[in-house]
Amino acid sequence: MEHNKTATIGNKGKGVRSDCQVFLEILDSGGINIELVSKVNALYGKSIRRGIEEILVFFDIKNAKVVIEDSGALPFVMAARMEAAVKTLKKTDKEFLLPFFKQNNYQTEQDKNRISRLYLPGNTPSLMINAGIHHPDGIILDLEDAVAPDKKFEASFLVRNALRNLDFYGTERMVRINQVPRGLEDLDFIVPHNVNLILIPKCESAEQIHLVNSRIAEIKAKQKNTGNIWLMPIIESALGVLKAYEIAMAAENVVALAIGLEDYTADLGIRRTAEATESFFARSMVVNACKAAGKQAIDSVFSDVADMEGLKQNVLRSKALGFDGMGCIHPRQIRVLHDNFAPDDAEIAKAKKIVNAFIEAKEKGLGVVSLGTKMIDAPVVKRAQKTIDLAISTGKISKNWREEDNEKI
Amino acid sequence: MKKYDKLVVNAAGRLVPTIINGKPAVPFMGVGKYRPSGVKHASSIPTCLDYPDDGNKTLASLTEALKKCGLKDGMTISTHHHLRDGDLVSNAIFDIAHEMGVKDLVWFPSASFPCNEPLIKYLEDGTINRIEGSMNGPLGKFTSKGGMKGCAVLRSHGGRVQAIQDGEVHIDIAVIAAPVADPFGNANALSGKSACGILGYSLADYMYADKVIVVTDNLIPFPCMPMQVQGNYVDYVVVVDQIGIPEKIVSGTTEVTKSPDRLLLAEWTAQFCDEAGLLRDGCSLQSGAGGTSLAVGVYMEQILKSRGEKARFAFGGSTKYMVQMLENGTLDYILDAQAFDLEAVRSARENPNHIDLSVFQAYNFHSKGNYTSMTDIMILGATEVDVNFNGNVVTHSDGLLLHGIGGWQNCLHAKTVIIPIPLFRDRIPVVVDEVTTICGPGDMIDVIVTERGIAINPKRTDLIEKMKNSSLPIKTIQQLKAEADAICGVPEKIDFDDEIVAVIKWVDGTVIDSVRKVK
Repeated sequence: MEHNKTATIGNKGKGVRSDCQVFLEILDSGGINIELVSKVNALYGKSIRRGIEEILVFFDIKNAKVVIEDSGALPFVMAARMEAAVKTLKKTDKEFLLPFFKQNNYQTEQDKNRISRLYLPGNTPSLMINAGIHHPDGIILDLEDAVAPDKKFEASFLVRNALRNLDFYGTERMVRINQVPRGLEDLDFIVPHNVNLILIPKCESAEQIHLVNSRIAEIKAKQKNTGNIWLMPIIESALGVLKAYEIAMAAENVVALAIGLEDYTADLGIRRTAEATESFFARSMVVNACKAAGKQAIDSVFSDVADMEGLKQNVLRSKALGFDGMGCIHPRQIRVLHDNFAPDDAEIAKAKKIVNAFIEAKEKGLGVVSLGTKMIDAPVVKRAQKTIDLAISTGKISKNWREEDNEKI
Repeated sequence: MKKYDKLVVNAAGRLVPTIINGKPAVPFMGVGKYRPSGVKHASSIPTCLDYPDDGNKTLASLTEALKKCGLKDGMTISTHHHLRDGDLVSNAIFDIAHEMGVKDLVWFPSASFPCNEPLIKYLEDGTINRIEGSMNGPLGKFTSKGGMKGCAVLRSHGGRVQAIQDGEVHIDIAVIAAPVADPFGNANALSGKSACGILGYSLADYMYADKVIVVTDNLIPFPCMPMQVQGNYVDYVVVVDQIGIPEKIVSGTTEVTKSPDRLLLAEWTAQFCDEAGLLRDGCSLQSGAGGTSLAVGVYMEQILKSRGEKARFAFGGSTKYMVQMLENGTLDYILDAQAFDLEAVRSARENPNHIDLSVFQAYNFHSKGNYTSMTDIMILGATEVDVNFNGNVVTHSDGLLLHGIGGWQNCLHAKTVIIPIPLFRDRIPVVVDEVTTICGPGDMIDVIVTERGIAINPKRTDLIEKMKNSSLPIKTIQQLKAEADAICGVPEKIDFDDEIVAVIKWVDGTVIDSVRKVK
């Protein structure tokens, strides 16, 4: 054991909320000395002290000075900060885990809707706490670009604890790991804690997918974890674009490809514009690779959070190209995505006619579906059914639309 | 004199004194249970013989005016918060009193602001015995720590008028800071460098005070019209360089919240009102000037507009958003006691449908009816609500007194009271087992909207019935409380000192709760 070293973890200061900064010094003697400055001291001072003592006992630390400056950190946040501080000073394989929130114990379907995924910086607790109430299709805890290099270590504990103890309100639980190979280490913090989907940034080969999958398999074998973990590689370079189909086909559990245009345009040495004509080829490649491989195609985020009309136009262009969803960086963007990726009234009306014709043909025992004088192929029916499903899930029509339409007649 | 004496448990289950600052007090008996009788209080009788025939009541300084009013130990001085955090007049009064060596004054403001922090030194040295009004920020903290010599008394805006009319508070000197006035004492707030729009809190004060001083930085020749303050009640007019700091009187502009969580609260609140059938053509509403309340108003406007409907009247405090509704035809009238931004001041000056209104008409218990009980939709805030729907607006969960009641208690009399609040703020639960201080009884609060669900008071079976097929997340208040505890942890009980530092009056003048010293 190393002695007489200090660690400072977490955040404090003006504008920091729902977080804390932990200073830890492991000493040779003198017992445990905890100094707590907290805005919730009157309500939670005793339980905070108890929690800190419990963690020190768990890691077998008997002499230490702990200074906590707390701006209302929830217990899972404070535990993550404390554990990161301990592990900065002391090597141990033990993990201090609070009981897993049972409402987070769900799986997601391979082909579920992924219209909106909300990115959250992996080291900023205040943005995590209410993310689920805005009901995006997925929440991404980001360990990559949204976390400063010197904060990556502490962020991995926070993300792990968030997966266990932050209520995701049924949204798909996603994590963006760091670029492979570094990102492989991140998997230890997320795979055992029911992550539903992993985003693999700057993906350029099928090999990277295989590396991720084999590491996942190793961890799962140890944990006896049988849940599905889906992958969403992100294409962010010229090479990645050219390899898009290979990456999409790399494994069964790759459910979608996303495109990241900031890095892509940087790779090409060009400027990213609102019209996005410069990335037309790349986006089309990703869409075509996905459609050929039977996967979902997900567009890049729109970064001007104040420009809702610009976002809407961007979504409409994206939908017209064949994308199935997009990333968000602000909760207010979610509704715009759902409203505009959703089928419009004309699309819904047409899809209803086709699905009705199909059901009627089946009821009559007819092998061929026709609408008026036109015969309808199976893929057309399938696409119409998908349109209807999307219209239902985005709230455009009711689940019982057939009965309701009949009542109106 | 003891600060308080003879504690009893009132109808809200709280231990309250029946003697406060040497005067008898009635414990809260339940909503609508207390019916005082007798005659209203009155001020001493003046005769016009004692006032100049030429109508010129101006004096050279506030000091001279206070001396002529006979300022002496133990007097009650009333002021108002029309100039909000930019007010320079209230502090000046007590600077003069201190210089004169006067002691044991009672300050009776309609509200205090952080700008009044310098008065703490006069509370410490005995110039001021106590505050009866509101204690915001630093003054609240000072009171909570037990610094005030007398027992603080907190009243609503309407309760303040009530206390004046039934004689519990006799105002010796009322000082009214007015952005424009004439030498006779007629005054308003519509123009001048310190324009704040409306003087809605001063009516009872100048009618019932023995002496009335108008202080202005903008004297114009008689007549100053419209007269929001009537010169017939005024003894002296004092002209000073500056009554306030303009940028702190009204904000240049008020803005709706940008927080996605607060916007969600606001959106749900408006949707709730719509689905419950409250938001309809001809309805009336009040919604404050906080970021969330403003957003509620904006969403309500969108809903009304989409159907070509409009609201009949809205109560101020007014903001540019309310003015926008008035000007685009989604609202017929603004009835207003205070204007919060420059657009609201402009509208109050220019628009005949933007009506200045006193809390005397809107909120007063000793009145032959009140405007608030006629209002359909009331959007309010709170620092805490509990599982019995009781609300707290004056103390925080750590026990510190940090806000005044304002018009909050009075507004509870509206037909449907909705409180949009976060379930917790930075780990501090807002929905709790029992509020730290009861300011409003649970009977009067109908709906709590949080970002994790909406609770309807079980007494409102009509609303529960209307919302049973709603897509909104309707939950019980106990479910919300359990969610807050699951996220934040169960809070520890606060260890208060036994000493009472302040009492909370209900709108009828009875004592609804006591505030204890924080250790």
